[in-house]
Amino acid sequence: MHSIPGRRIIISLFLIFLLLPIYWLVNMSFKTNGEIVATMTLWPHQPTLENYIRIFTDESWYSGYIHSLNYVVINTVISISVALPAAYAFSRYRFLGDKHLFFWLLSNRMAPAAVYALPFFNLYSAIGLFDTPWAVALAHCIFNVPLAVWILEGFVSGVPREIDETAFLDGYSFPRFFIKILVPLIGSGIGVAAFFCFMFSWVELLLARTLTTVNAKPISAIMTRTVSAAGMDWGLLAAAGVLTIIPGALVIWFVRNYIARGFALGRV
Amino acid sequence: MDKQTNQRGWLLVLPVVVIVAFSAILPLMTVVNYSVQDTFGNNQFFWNGVGWFSELLDPRSELGARFLEALWRNLLFSAIVLAIEIPLGVLVALAMPRQGWTVAFCLVVMALPLLIPWNVVGTIWQIFGRPDIGLLGYTLNSLGLNYNYVSNDLDAWATVIVMDVWHWTSLVALLCYAGLKSIPDAYYQAAQIDGASRWAVFKAIQLPKMNRVLLIAVLLRFMDSFMIYTEPFVVTGGGPGNSTTFVSIELVKIALGQFDLGKAAALSLVYNLIILIVCWVFYTIMTNAGTERRAKEGVA
Repeated sequence: MHSIPGRRIIISLFLIFLLLPIYWLVNMSFKTNGEIVATMTLWPHQPTLENYIRIFTDESWYSGYIHSLNYVVINTVISISVALPAAYAFSRYRFLGDKHLFFWLLSNRMAPAAVYALPFFNLYSAIGLFDTPWAVALAHCIFNVPLAVWILEGFVSGVPREIDETAFLDGYSFPRFFIKILVPLIGSGIGVAAFFCFMFSWVELLLARTLTTVNAKPISAIMTRTVSAAGMDWGLLAAAGVLTIIPGALVIWFVRNYIARGFALGRV
Repeated sequence: MDKQTNQRGWLLVLPVVVIVAFSAILPLMTVVNYSVQDTFGNNQFFWNGVGWFSELLDPRSELGARFLEALWRNLLFSAIVLAIEIPLGVLVALAMPRQGWTVAFCLVVMALPLLIPWNVVGTIWQIFGRPDIGLLGYTLNSLGLNYNYVSNDLDAWATVIVMDVWHWTSLVALLCYAGLKSIPDAYYQAAQIDGASRWAVFKAIQLPKMNRVLLIAVLLRFMDSFMIYTEPFVVTGGGPGNSTTFVSIELVKIALGQFDLGKAAALSLVYNLIILIVCWVFYTIMTNAGTERRAKEGVA
């Protein structure tokens, strides 16, 4: 009853539309530059792993992936751990200025990164964190912490209040209740929030590029450097692109059963 | 379920407030500081009052013209993108399979573009759209269309829009799909007994259930398209000419390219204010919808 006519065709066309550009990138990454420039081939006629080998053997390339994963993980851990108690407070208590505070937090999720690029540069240079993963991780908190609070608030509100009350009657202290009872109950919510923090930190480039030069330069910034260089190395660029898709694909695979609920931010 | 008043809430939100204040208010103060000063270099600043702001909002000045043009361009872009992505997302959500392994497959493929770094999204479309090496550009040109996103304004716009549709329609679709999944089967059975048409089912059952998630989708899509930077920057670099220079691209050009701190700061504040206002409007609608719904359910 709730299907629509021609739905198989619609969904197939949409999936093809999504996959075609990705296929083309993968296709390019297995070609030599000679084949890319000289001929138009739908699949690599002389498949080569040369592009990938270059990335995995050249430190200036593969270190980019390590840097990126570094700040993404730091950011996710910070965001979730500060957002958890706040989400509980917003869900359970009414306190002075709570609605305004919530709006203010949310508005930071919407703030354009371009506005903050320059002041962040000044700020993190001044406190000596410039060009470390910490700078990028803290900078990404500006949009990830509000998002994590928002998502987790939805999940905490899904836990019946009676559970809190019973736990306190049973003599649980607040921290013990929080760690032993609440956190396991909203486990999937924490997974979803972590997924989103990972996602938005992983895909962001502007701040990550502005706040790093050498020691913490993310892979995406290393790629832009190659783009601007004269004489495009398309094969190498494509291979680097494919490798940035893989962590995301792995994460999706792990959370695939929660994706639908997760994207509704726990509040359908 | 009424919330209890408890000021201990502040204690629990304190870490969040500290960390967000550190990375939002502190930098914003720097911006405010720059926006009212001018410099001759050498770190010598002097008071400029609202000079930068009046220049920014004056369409006759060079800066004002650039800003207002970028703003209109950006609003047009957001409008087009929303007009395509929201209906398409709803359609895809309605077309999703209901059970079996295809559900997981569709979800994973649809989530894929969302997790690709934004500059790689740009790179993908750059490679895909080039007339010499890209499948799309090559196909269009061999069909007799003179497509080249580097030199033609219209082609550049089409590329940036299609890229955004490719990138973000899944988000709308996934949100709507989550909304649809929460509809109990009994609703559909009731509709069947009543002999409701397909359109009536959509209007009376599915759309109301998707209301809330659709609002979130519109909010997120508007905000993100309004501050889009990386993807068009990688593909077109804001060109040809200035035809795809959106507000963020203009801002970064002024701030980090020309290092015109005063102008950039004034632009940042106005930009931020616009976003804040839109955000507030949405937030009010959203909370009102929430209270109304709770009131309705309370009665029922």
